Amino acid sequence: MPAVSKGDGMRGLAVFISDIRNCKSKEAEIKRINKELANIRSKFKGDKALDGYSKKKYVCKLLFIFLLGHDIDFGHMEAVNLLSSNKYTEKQIGYLFISVLVNSNSELIRLINNAIKNDLSSRNPTFMCLALHCIANVGSREMAEAFASEIPRILVAGDTMDSVKQSAALCLLRLYKTSPDLVLMGEWTSRVVHLLNDQHMGVVTAAISLITCLSMKNPDEFKTCVSLAVSRLSRIVSSASTDLQDYTYYFVPAPWLSCKLLRLLQCYPPPEDGAVKGRLVECLETILNKAQEPPKSKKVQHSNAKNAILFEAISLIIHYDSEPNLLVRACNQLGQFLQHRETNLRYLALESMCTLASSEFSHEAVKTHIETVINALKTERDVSVRQRAADLLYAMCDRSNAKQIVAEMLSYLETADYSIREEMVLKVAILAEKYAVDYSWYVDTILNLIRIAGDYVSEEVWYRVIQIVINRDDVQGYAAKTVFEALQAPACHENMVKVGGYILGEFGNLIAGDPRSSPLVQFNLLHSKFHLCSVPTRALLLSAYIKFINLFPETKATIQEVLRCDSQIRNSDVELQQRAVEYLKLSSIASTDVLATVLEEMPPFPERESSILAKLKKKKGPGAVSVTELEDSKREGGELNGGGDRGSDTASTPSPSADLLGIRSAAPIGAAPASAGSLLVDVFSEAGSAFSPFLSLFLLISFHTMAKSLPPCPCIVCVWMAFPSFFFFFSFFVFTSMVPFPICSHPLSCGLSAPPSEDPAPPLSEADELLNKFVCKNNGVLFENQLLQIGIKSEYRQNLGRMYLFFGNKTSVQFASFTTTVSCPGELQSHILLLNVQTKPVEPLVEGGAQIQQVLNIECLTDFSEAPLLNIKFRYGGALQNLTLKLPVTINKFFQPTEMASHDFFQRWKQLSQPQQEAQKIFKANHSMDTEVLKAKLLGLGTALLDNVDPNPENYVCAGVIQTKSQQVGCLLRLEPNAQAQMYRLTLRCSKDSVSKRLCELLAEQF
Amino acid sequence: MQIRFILIQNRAGKTRLAKWYMQFDDDEKQKLIEEVHAVVTVRDAKHTNFVEVWALSSLLWEKNFKIIYRRYAGLYFCICVDVTDNNLAYLEGIHNFVEVLNEYFHNVCELDLVFNFYKVYTVVDEMFLAGEIRETSQTKVLKQLLMLQSLE
Repeated sequence: MPAVSKGDGMRGLAVFISDIRNCKSKEAEIKRINKELANIRSKFKGDKALDGYSKKKYVCKLLFIFLLGHDIDFGHMEAVNLLSSNKYTEKQIGYLFISVLVNSNSELIRLINNAIKNDLSSRNPTFMCLALHCIANVGSREMAEAFASEIPRILVAGDTMDSVKQSAALCLLRLYKTSPDLVLMGEWTSRVVHLLNDQHMGVVTAAISLITCLSMKNPDEFKTCVSLAVSRLSRIVSSASTDLQDYTYYFVPAPWLSCKLLRLLQCYPPPEDGAVKGRLVECLETILNKAQEPPKSKKVQHSNAKNAILFEAISLIIHYDSEPNLLVRACNQLGQFLQHRETNLRYLALESMCTLASSEFSHEAVKTHIETVINALKTERDVSVRQRAADLLYAMCDRSNAKQIVAEMLSYLETADYSIREEMVLKVAILAEKYAVDYSWYVDTILNLIRIAGDYVSEEVWYRVIQIVINRDDVQGYAAKTVFEALQAPACHENMVKVGGYILGEFGNLIAGDPRSSPLVQFNLLHSKFHLCSVPTRALLLSAYIKFINLFPETKATIQEVLRCDSQIRNSDVELQQRAVEYLKLSSIASTDVLATVLEEMPPFPERESSILAKLKKKKGPGAVSVTELEDSKREGGELNGGGDRGSDTASTPSPSADLLGIRSAAPIGAAPASAGSLLVDVFSEAGSAFSPFLSLFLLISFHTMAKSLPPCPCIVCVWMAFPSFFFFFSFFVFTSMVPFPICSHPLSCGLSAPPSEDPAPPLSEADELLNKFVCKNNGVLFENQLLQIGIKSEYRQNLGRMYLFFGNKTSVQFASFTTTVSCPGELQSHILLLNVQTKPVEPLVEGGAQIQQVLNIECLTDFSEAPLLNIKFRYGGALQNLTLKLPVTINKFFQPTEMASHDFFQRWKQLSQPQQEAQKIFKANHSMDTEVLKAKLLGLGTALLDNVDPNPENYVCAGVIQTKSQQVGCLLRLEPNAQAQMYRLTLRCSKDSVSKRLCELLAEQF
Repeated sequence: MQIRFILIQNRAGKTRLAKWYMQFDDDEKQKLIEEVHAVVTVRDAKHTNFVEVWALSSLLWEKNFKIIYRRYAGLYFCICVDVTDNNLAYLEGIHNFVEVLNEYFHNVCELDLVFNFYKVYTVVDEMFLAGEIRETSQTKVLKQLLMLQSLE
């Protein structure tokens, strides 16, 4: 036991701690602790009043026990008693106990606040600091309410001691962070800013944290701090290393304050005032100059302190991005660090240079260090340093060095740490595409990527290579040859099989002349991989086979045999079975001409910039390529490959078959029936009536709806992959929308009789409430009064939905002039498309006790917040009934659940970190907090409920993608119930901010 | 923009100081302590003094964080800050703190932190408050600590 000689040692405490340390086992420790707890409890309960020292000692023991990890459920009152002692050591233990074991007991809080209040007004600086530290450590709402107005006064009062000012500034900062609404700076602003001029450097150090925080929130109000900060900085930077005495650290004057000043300046643009700016530039130059001076000490502390300032200065230079001279100097300085013996410096230089690479002024200067960076990628021992090197290579890449960088990254990938492979793969893919001059290089690179790191090649990457191959006829032959060769490898990655299947299915004919890659050889090669592949890949291969039948009629018999065998047409997987059956049928009943038309080569995609790239360009830090970007790229990719503006394209395409495996979006809905009709005629006239009903339907779907019904994202490949499975759902849709109904979107009147002339009533006051009932369910009674009951059944798939409305007359009297009108108010019109399809027209007369039905088809064009309105008018006994409800179509209906592992979830979560992407609500529970009920609701929402993601099993975590016609929006959700408080905290992060907001509003009403 | 927590651990993973500047519940704290120990103790002198571990952010949901740490004999001093914070400034912040402890306890050793845990909190509060640097002058801090020491 060490001597506890220093001042106020509590002997009993030291003995107790020794005892605990001497315990040989956990059990012995617990036994000793229980004994002590019993002892303390009896002392506290005893009749004899304890003196201050004993109380302090026991409270301190309790604290020690708590810090060992044991629960403490008493002693709070004794701790609070210590607060009113006028001995410092007793007070200190009391405050410490309270800071560590915050208790929400309101009676205690009142007592604590009282004690704090007394200490704050005691004029004893030691006590004031203790009280302020307690507030700063606890920072509760109650404390903010009690002291937020008092503390600014202490902070700026003339007679406040320096140390108290320091504590007050940071105490206020804490309260501002936890309860910004309670801290009103208004009248104090100017005086707080002027603390930057305070003589005491400690006061400036503390106050600047407060000022920086306030400046970020209210830059205009605090902008006078810029010139003050510059002059303060200038004084420090130009001072000799001994001028600042206490604040010189290893010969560096006030390093922390300098860093904070430079940080504060990064909240603002460069100063407009020429003199201030000149002075600042001078400071920055001095800092850069000092980096070149010989060190004043060999200690690492000296160089670290100096470089801390240097790096902060470089951050500011990059932030301004307007001084080419400084940027280049910064780059040169960092270049020196790249070869420094300190790993820390190499790491920080790589990191900092990454941002310099994106400035036009310093990009070239950064590039000169390429060899050093490549070397770092190969030799650094610390993976995080290698990662920074990879980031920097990515950031400095341009047309001039792309081939070298991509080659280096590819070779690094062979041995790269698993943790960074996915990101590396994406970076290589992006660079390869962005700087591809000849496309054979691009194809080689991507195939290499799949070969080396197939597991980490995401769908987007191989979709993209296919798109590019489809679009460039000059590379198709080369791609077919290369992929054919790659497939020869005995073990090849499934992604390679996918790319191979797709490319050979389209362009296998280009290499079929060579007997070594004759059609049958190609087919056998592909089919040799078939049994090792997963269902989606097999499905793709089946599509490749039917393509082969068209490309190479000589393979027809072989392929039909394969399709016919039991493992295909009786496959237990519905998708595979269906494909086998349909393709077999198609190949045997369709004429060569029809086959050729149906299975024609894919049409090119409109060239646009890769979406992944576009996204990256916007990003400042080129460091991370994230999953989120991928998600975004998916949706942008969707646009790229068949978004809304493809409509006109299709209309002008003469060949109907282009749409079969294409992803052409349908003609504008209004035009759809006509064009579909004519296609029908064409096909039938060509093929006569030999078509089986199935096939005619098949063609109908393909021509008419297939393209537009597909999710926009997975584009071409998706059609290949998902082809027949859309069959059932859309068949009905096709037929019904074929009926030449007048289709209009606003307003959509479906009554047959002239509607009563009165305007639609405003929505019922309870319309929102009724709407909310349907957020997590699709079926139920929407509305009911004494006359009428409205029931709803609905189903959704991708971005489409169908809703059945049932209107029941509850009376025995007929309703006359019954009309319903569905309308999309305001902007909503362009966000949802309502297609009104009636299986039978709504009768203007609804008999007593009868029910009529109406069907609505819904297409979600883009995300929306408002709900469509349903107006119902009818006459009941002569009186006109007019009521308007909100149709329960909410954005979450278009959710596709997304399963993902914990790692992926957090990575995505982290990527969606822009403040506007997040929406959060804390609210009281309105319904049962039962686990099963919550789970059912979350599933009803349409997302996937993910297990084992949140470290706290009480919380719920969900993920899904909202499918709209124009884009996909990835959404992550976290719901944290607090059963004790009967509260929830709901957090949503979506790739589109309006969606986060809307979902948050909708969901807050559900629990 | 702010320190999330300060941890002092020994090589066996025993916590010698845990100062939290953010709300965590007890389980979260325990998990963070374990994770910090796991990532920090496997590193050697060839590694940087900075660790960005995304596993950590499974608990620190809101943002990205990094650990800046320094080892003194058997003790690891760790500070958790935002990824954008100045690494070297916090690295020297740790050292400055250690020098104050060393002076205050006359050649500080692990046991001093155990037996005087309640005083260590005072030292921390003098130098760091509300997650920010409060005072950097060793002279000023020590003077204040000695003054407090003399009070009864």
